[in-house]
Amino acid sequence: MSVANALAEGRSRALPAFLGKTIRLLATIAVTIFGLLVVTFLIGRVVPVDPVLAVVGDRASQSTYDKAFVELGLDRPLYVQFGLYVEKAVTGDFGQSMLTKKPIIDDIARAFPATLELATVAILIGTLFGIPVGVWAAVRQGKLVDQVVRIVGLMGYSAPIFWLGLLGLLVFYAKWGIVAGPGRIDISYEYGFTPTTGLFLIDTAMQGQWSAFRNVVSHIALPASLLGYFSMAYIARMTRSFMLNELAQEYVVTARVKGVAEWRIIWVHALRNAAVPLVTVVTLSYASLLEGSVLTETVFAWPGLGQYLTNSLQNADMNAVLGGTLLIGIIFVGLNLLSDFLYTVLDPRVRRRA
Amino acid sequence: MSIGASRQSLSEWLQTEQPASRRQARLGQAWRTWLLFTGNRLGMIGLAIVLLLVLVAIFADVIAPYDPLLGGDLRTMRLLPPSMDHLMGTDDLARDIFSRVVHGARLTLMVVALVAIIATPIGLLVGTVSGYFGGWVDTVLMRITDIFLAFPRLILALAFVAALGPGIENAIIAIAITSWPPYARLARAETLTIRNADHIDAIRLQGASSGRIIWGHVVPLCLSSVIIRVTLDMAGIILTAAGLGFLGLGAQPPQPEWGAMIAGGRRFIIDYWWVATMPGIAIFTVSLGFNLLGDGLRDVLDPKAEK
Repeated sequence: MSVANALAEGRSRALPAFLGKTIRLLATIAVTIFGLLVVTFLIGRVVPVDPVLAVVGDRASQSTYDKAFVELGLDRPLYVQFGLYVEKAVTGDFGQSMLTKKPIIDDIARAFPATLELATVAILIGTLFGIPVGVWAAVRQGKLVDQVVRIVGLMGYSAPIFWLGLLGLLVFYAKWGIVAGPGRIDISYEYGFTPTTGLFLIDTAMQGQWSAFRNVVSHIALPASLLGYFSMAYIARMTRSFMLNELAQEYVVTARVKGVAEWRIIWVHALRNAAVPLVTVVTLSYASLLEGSVLTETVFAWPGLGQYLTNSLQNADMNAVLGGTLLIGIIFVGLNLLSDFLYTVLDPRVRRRA
Repeated sequence: MSIGASRQSLSEWLQTEQPASRRQARLGQAWRTWLLFTGNRLGMIGLAIVLLLVLVAIFADVIAPYDPLLGGDLRTMRLLPPSMDHLMGTDDLARDIFSRVVHGARLTLMVVALVAIIATPIGLLVGTVSGYFGGWVDTVLMRITDIFLAFPRLILALAFVAALGPGIENAIIAIAITSWPPYARLARAETLTIRNADHIDAIRLQGASSGRIIWGHVVPLCLSSVIIRVTLDMAGIILTAAGLGFLGLGAQPPQPEWGAMIAGGRRFIIDYWWVATMPGIAIFTVSLGFNLLGDGLRDVLDPKAEK
């Protein structure tokens, strides 16, 4: 039995296994997204808002009303309506916003970069502070540092984000004036550059508009630190528990016996092993920033997805609400999958078992 | 002396190594858990805060010095800063903020209790049925659970409230609909380990129906871990309810709901900071209390959890 034979055999067995896994994964995604469609469709059906009146206005004549009723497909059975809904959703057509009179998908495409920028800066802050703080707390388990980290973290879990945002605006903007107020950018800078990516930090920096860049930074500083604090609380807590787990392993003892420097044991040996589950934690908290940002965006008048959603809600613009909800759900599913995928790629043990 | 002696014997009776009855064993177990819990300082602080919330909610009428809905003289009593007369100041309708915060405790407690009462049985039912039967029942139920988990919680609650219409009852329903999936996951995992235990087989051989086994033998065993999980979630429930209130989708004015009160004070935040700050402190304190309590409970009841 040659090695090549064994390899070929291994590969031929591995391929169907891989295929099977991929198919199962795709099926899961398909079912979940289908479920998202069902839920949003049903929510859309039970709304007390009359979708016909929303289109034609309440002064339309009966014949106009009837025509719109048929045009919207409301005379057909529910399952046909659902079919139409799915068909449109698949092509990215979520209908028109009543508020902006534009296709929902365009509105969302315009709002999304603002949310993305905020969430990305926040997750960077959360990761850069959360991981070292968590490691520190684990190394000094039970000591003062650990207690302080625990309490700071618990406060992050307990404070309503919109309230902290208001207090932040009160202190840092109104009283001390060290950050800019609500919004993404001052109006005087808004048309000074072309928003190619929609991420203002990158756009202004690439076009060398440094004063505009500084303005964007002073606008994003407060909301991003706030969201960053919340994800830091979570990331630090998880880092601490993963690190405690690793530091109790025997390879740490071996390294100590060999005389490896303590900082090397902590930051190289243990942290590298703790990093694998941490990737999942960071990805998931990135996803949850999309959610936390609904309230933050409202407080800071940040023109992102969250504010779009709440604005549409308050104006009973159901198409926009459902489109936005569906999209956020899909992003959520996507990031969940990504975290699973990264886990498999990064951890050889999982890869081999699979 | 007799009290001291009876206390001594009660503690001995509770801690005996050979309990004479099942009741004594259970009470003894509970007593030992309680002793462990009292050693957890942060957990005790949490318990104290939660008890305080309950007491304030019960005696709100006695504690609150003013009417929570009717304000004072609009010409002279609007937006007064905190003082001895008005501990937390007054709001733009000349209402005493302290009285409103006190009455808000009732709403908060109601939201938490109702969500727990609605969501826990749903989660338990879905999880135990799914885990007990396995097969396609499991696949279908868990797929549905996954779909609910695929939405961020606040967003789904927002969409539900949008459909049902704003109001505190609908906010409660929406939060309950979005909170049951993790409980179902947990109950299912527990059920999977219980399902093949010998005592379950014994009951099945005696001819018990599936419903009876699940309700009488599986659910009680899953209950404690699900309850801990619900306690841990309560802070999240309070924050979600406050968030909905803040967005104007939860409790409607003039109800003294804390989130809605913050929204009401938002316009005056720069000149009259106390209007929005005071209810926020209340939300923060209460959810911190639930977090500390939940953490303490987990430390005591689940030896595997992080220390």
